[in-house]
Amino acid sequence: MHELAITQNILDIAINEAKAAQASQITKIRLIIGELSGVVGECIQFYFDFLKKDSIAQNASIDFETVPAELHCRDCQTSFKLEDSSWACPCCRSTNLEITNGQSCFIESIEVE
Amino acid sequence: MKRIKVLKNIASANDAIAAQNRGLLDRYNILAINLMSSPGAGKTSLLLGTIAHLRHQLRLAVIEGDIASKIDADRISKEGIPVVQINTGGSCSLEAHMITNALEKLPLKTIDLLFIENVGNLICPAGFSLGEHRKVVVSSIAEGDDKPAKYPIMFSLADAVVINKIDLLPLQEFDLAGFHKKVTGLNPRVTIFEVSCKSGHGIEAWCSWLLQQLQNHRKT
Ligand SMILES: Nc1nc2c(ncn2[C@@H]2O[C@H](COP(=O)(O)OP(=O)(O)O)[C@@H](O)[C@H]2O)c(=O)[nH]1
Ligand SMILES: [Mg+2]
Ligand SMILES: [Zn+2]
Repeated sequence: MHELAITQNILDIAINEAKAAQASQITKIRLIIGELSGVVGECIQFYFDFLKKDSIAQNASIDFETVPAELHCRDCQTSFKLEDSSWACPCCRSTNLEITNGQSCFIESIEVE
Repeated sequence: MKRIKVLKNIASANDAIAAQNRGLLDRYNILAINLMSSPGAGKTSLLLGTIAHLRHQLRLAVIEGDIASKIDADRISKEGIPVVQINTGGSCSLEAHMITNALEKLPLKTIDLLFIENVGNLICPAGFSLGEHRKVVVSSIAEGDDKPAKYPIMFSLADAVVINKIDLLPLQEFDLAGFHKKVTGLNPRVTIFEVSCKSGHGIEAWCSWLLQQLQNHRKT
């Protein structure tokens, strides 16, 4: 359900950036979603189509890129992508793991006219 | 057509408000603790145990976040502790602006330690900083030992993890050593407490940690 608040944030950030660049409309928003961020792209899409009406983003589409979770083993220094939910290093089975990628969700760029 | 690099976290507006909350708390010398867990892990029970233990040493206050009800706020209010209820109206996490409103309703001049009970959820609250000084995750024996693997972000952000309902250990298959290992693997700085809010086991160690955090905070 927090996708409604998140989508509003996305729209606000995009509109502020577009206005700062003196653009008259937004045509695309590129969103990077970390696999571990808990953000669901389909929900964002759903709320986006609803919230964008009557704004300078009304003709904008939203592009998603999902970034997989990446971990670093503090014991054997292996870096790896999370393939399953076993949560252990594929080389040494250690659970001494640092999350190095896939935790956040951010707007990479927007396209404006 | 023009492309503009943005590279802004979707919670950046929230983070700015959280920073303001923290500034306000710091002006009043208040330490704020954000308590997060799945529904039913024992956040309110832990608060009640903590209040009983610390109420004569510290001036406590509570912000209760809930999707709709005010049952938890009533439980706290019976103890004579200042409490503000926030109903998120369906949203699955407290957000910083809700805390800003709640702080206006609290007697900030007479608070040492403020607890914020977040909405029962282990995913969404990880993304929304509230302006708190410490994040605490409560996980209970009843929920099973796979929580750190399922919600790694939450556990990697925590300053402390409380393993509650430790009294259920004889009744439940739960790899306690494995749980400790997974949590400290994700988060080497974390402090872990084994607690039973039912028997009172571990409440004292948890309260000592809180007192220590308050002392450290006031030194800085
Ligand atoms: N056996 C046992 N039950 C507990 C313990 N702590 C809380 N509970 C029970 O767990 C349920 C949920 O507790 P509550 O504090 O409301 O959880 P919250 O949703 O995280 O605030 C209640 O029925 C409590 O009585 C404990 O240490 N042991
Ligand atoms: Mg509760
Ligand atoms: Zn390894």
